[in-house]
Amino acid sequence: MIEHSIFFYFFSIIAIFSAIMVTASRNTVYSVFFLILDFISISCLFIMIGAEFLGMIMLIVYVGAVAVLFLFIVMMLNVAQQKNEWFSSSKNSKHIPIGLLVSLIIFLELIIVVGGWKYKPGIFTSSSIKISSDITNTHSIGNVLYTDYIHLFQISGMILLVAMIGAIILTFRKRDGLKTQSYFKQISREKDDGVELIKVKSKEGVKFDV
Amino acid sequence: MFEISLGHYLTLGAMIFTIGIIGIFLNRKNIIVVLMSIELILLAVNINLVSFSIFMNDLVGQIFTLFILTVAAAEAAIGLAIIVVYFRNSGTIRIEEIHKLKG
Repeated sequence: MIEHSIFFYFFSIIAIFSAIMVTASRNTVYSVFFLILDFISISCLFIMIGAEFLGMIMLIVYVGAVAVLFLFIVMMLNVAQQKNEWFSSSKNSKHIPIGLLVSLIIFLELIIVVGGWKYKPGIFTSSSIKISSDITNTHSIGNVLYTDYIHLFQISGMILLVAMIGAIILTFRKRDGLKTQSYFKQISREKDDGVELIKVKSKEGVKFDV
Repeated sequence: MFEISLGHYLTLGAMIFTIGIIGIFLNRKNIIVVLMSIELILLAVNINLVSFSIFMNDLVGQIFTLFILTVAAAEAAIGLAIIVVYFRNSGTIRIEEIHKLKG
């Protein structure tokens, strides 16, 4: 049990530190790096607590796709040179204390809710889908996900499809002066306007006028 | 202290959630950091759902975490596409210079 708590504190301290560095670091590229560190430590926590499948999926989806997408956008837009004027922007710095106050109040409310929590009697035994201990986590998620939650699963696939189409349409740009293939002209070309048969006379040759 | 309970995980989720809120409120840099703060908030929600799911011996929390992961990925892709289009049109994504809506 002591190892569990030691690793819990280790990973949570790393996670909180890197979350602070995501919002406070001066360079956007460093923010993305600390975001990756945050995701990795939280997925280590998930694996440690017993949700291995979600930990691995989080590594693949967040670190492998989302964070790399962020990194790609940051480097493509060349905004890494814009330094963060954290607390030092003199022009409209008057909403910084209000923002800090509101966030502090939100944190205190969350802590009060967590600390003053009273469990309803019997809530630990009233679960609808039990986690059985003789099959693995991935096996039990697969048992449920493709049977009871198949509609939600397919709707999430539709969400991904819509997001993909939306991202493509948003960033698609038609540029002038670019030689592209015109499928319509290509397909509607016929023999009459493409090929011409010429009777070649002897010793005169053929004169082309294109 | 050394017995890790549900409250420890909920406190960790609350801390990361608050850091994400602070990142949204106090950001002076560019919108990409705001999107990253939104990812942090979704991560805190995922921590809460998974820890409840484990400590209450119920699998539904992990299923919902999977769906939240899907929505987060879609949201990041769409948000970054909008940022790219905005940068192409206006040449900046600094928050102070984005005031087209006069908000």
